[in-house]
Amino acid sequence: MKKNKPISRRSFLKGTAAGTAALAIPVGSADASVWEAFFQQHFQEMDDDEKATVIARLEKEYKKRYKKDFSIKTTEAMPGVLFGYGLDLSRCIGCRRCVYACVKENNQSRDPQIQWITVLRIEKGEKFVSNLEEADKYYYPEKVPEDEYFYMPVQCQQCENPPCVKVCPTRATWKEPDGIVVIDYNWCIGCRFCMAACPYGARHFNLKTPRIREEEINTNTHYLGNRPRFQGVVEKCTFCVQRTRGNPGRYPACVEICPVGARKFGNLLDPDSEIRYCIENKRVFRLKEDLNTSPKFYYFFAT
Amino acid sequence: MKILATNFLVLLKEIGRGNRYYFAWVALLALLICAGAAAYMQQLSEGMIVTAIRDQVSWGFYISNFTFLVGVAAAAVLLVVPAYIYNFKPIKEIVLFGELMAIAAITMCIMFVVIDMGRIDRLWHVLPFIGRMNFPSSLLAWDIIVLNGYLFINLTISFYALYKMANSKEYNLNIIKPLIILSIPWAVSIHTVTAFLYNGLSARPFWNASILAPRFLASAFCSGPALMLIVFQIIRKVSKIEIENRAIFKIAELMAYAMGINLFLLAAEFFKEFYSDSVHLAPMEYLYFGLHGKDNLVPWMWSAMAFNITAFFIFLRPQTRENLFTLNIGCVLIIIGIYIEKGMGLVIPGFIPGTLGEIYQYSPTVIEKIITVGVWATGALIYTFLLKLAIPVTTGELRFARKEEPLRAS
Repeated sequence: MKKNKPISRRSFLKGTAAGTAALAIPVGSADASVWEAFFQQHFQEMDDDEKATVIARLEKEYKKRYKKDFSIKTTEAMPGVLFGYGLDLSRCIGCRRCVYACVKENNQSRDPQIQWITVLRIEKGEKFVSNLEEADKYYYPEKVPEDEYFYMPVQCQQCENPPCVKVCPTRATWKEPDGIVVIDYNWCIGCRFCMAACPYGARHFNLKTPRIREEEINTNTHYLGNRPRFQGVVEKCTFCVQRTRGNPGRYPACVEICPVGARKFGNLLDPDSEIRYCIENKRVFRLKEDLNTSPKFYYFFAT
Repeated sequence: MKILATNFLVLLKEIGRGNRYYFAWVALLALLICAGAAAYMQQLSEGMIVTAIRDQVSWGFYISNFTFLVGVAAAAVLLVVPAYIYNFKPIKEIVLFGELMAIAAITMCIMFVVIDMGRIDRLWHVLPFIGRMNFPSSLLAWDIIVLNGYLFINLTISFYALYKMANSKEYNLNIIKPLIILSIPWAVSIHTVTAFLYNGLSARPFWNASILAPRFLASAFCSGPALMLIVFQIIRKVSKIEIENRAIFKIAELMAYAMGINLFLLAAEFFKEFYSDSVHLAPMEYLYFGLHGKDNLVPWMWSAMAFNITAFFIFLRPQTRENLFTLNIGCVLIIIGIYIEKGMGLVIPGFIPGTLGEIYQYSPTVIEKIITVGVWATGALIYTFLLKLAIPVTTGELRFARKEEPLRAS
């Protein structure tokens, strides 16, 4: 099925392409890459050659936009790996360094601002496990931590049973074999059904063309991860797929930056990994367990 | 071929004729459509930033209007059932106009969903076989199928009947009867699937209640017919079509039952949320009393409730529903009441409080409003043109040219 479908589709599209192209684009301004982008296939349906062509085109496009040479990887999931994340609530001091490290690493738009990590400030003793109504993401004290509050960072929980994937009308978002939920930013139609479905506010919409200063752009990217996005598409945390897929891989930017070591990351299938140690030795819980989304993002209290 | 061209000209000519009220109306709609199109161009080039939609409230005015209009489209069935199942003749004569309204309403629905998309250039991605439609997993895929199917069914039924009449032939009910019967469950399905779109999201407790689909249907069977009753009175005023009061009063009676059920279901929802008083109460509290001091929908919701209850009693009492003056008041109250309740009153509280507890008070921007008015004007123009052709065909004033005969349009 996977082999037949794209071919018949492609031949169909070729026919219409010529027709619509002649109609819609005035002669002379027809830039071939515009049409290649328009008819680009779904990432999962492309073979290696097609991926290479698309990557080359994207690198050219980004170079034009940001005046820098990009590298866009398409590294696949490694066998025997299922990524898991741990967050020690007793250590988090609410400094938001993770938020900004993430923005920088993952090329999030600075105007309008998009942040994949939301740090919630919660008054000690207040409810927070399944009801976040008392949580506040707009806190600006002179110094953190504050005595009367604790902090809970929330980002994509990389659910094993992701409601966002279920509702996407075009299969533009899916769960990879290593458990990361990704989006093909060239296939998303921007209907935002996934945002309504996500219980963790982890999905963000590009209300306009994302703006990032040239000197701040990260050119080391992954197709499914931190490559620059487009106006009108949804984006989300990918556990820094551009860093973590590799042997040796790197920690996600948020894990690396955390000044108090509240963030843990590793392979859930490796019994010797730090994340497995946390799960086995700490009392972990996951956000909104009643929704049965089965996140691979574990909160715990180490001290 | 020639005959086709000639008949096309007959139709064009008919649309191009009319009194000054007709032209003023069409000109007004054209103006609104142009304004809407210009505003939409701005949204296309600058992005959804021109709307008030944000990550916290990711659907807004467009999807609210879409939801309301699905109800209007589904309501044609309220005419089909008495007309074809119970053979109630006065309604049978006007079913056609209800089906044409369904066509206009579905067209608007599709437009609202399309303008809400971030990437309209990728619309083909949702098409089955050509794109990668996520069927059966995504309810949006289901909605695309049922909405287009409903559009197709209504187009086929009404155009077949009109085509036969325009050729002075008796149309064969046996041919379209199965389609007419099919249109009944299909009308129910478009509204059920649209309700399920919201209903299936466990992240949004306000929508994740099984009462949603039944309530959608009950309110649809009030709002759609209310719009129709007003249009029917205009039709019989400006044309030779005779629409019996009996038909209008019968529909009004059915609306009373639908509104009764709608109010009962609302009461059931109220009881469940307020008595159990769980965390899921928050959206309801936001709607009717305000939450943490944020209360911009409260006056709207209480108005909607007052309108719906008043309309219910107007339509329940035979004296008031059989008096055209009070009947029309009731219709207007229902249209506004359900528009609030099944529009913003349904979509926005799904996002309030947000999944991380944030309360973002959504209120559409001017651009969103202009685009929305533009879509409504497009629907109104489509319905106007459809009626402009259908009315003279039904009265026998407009007939197609036969083979080599000269034009006979009067």
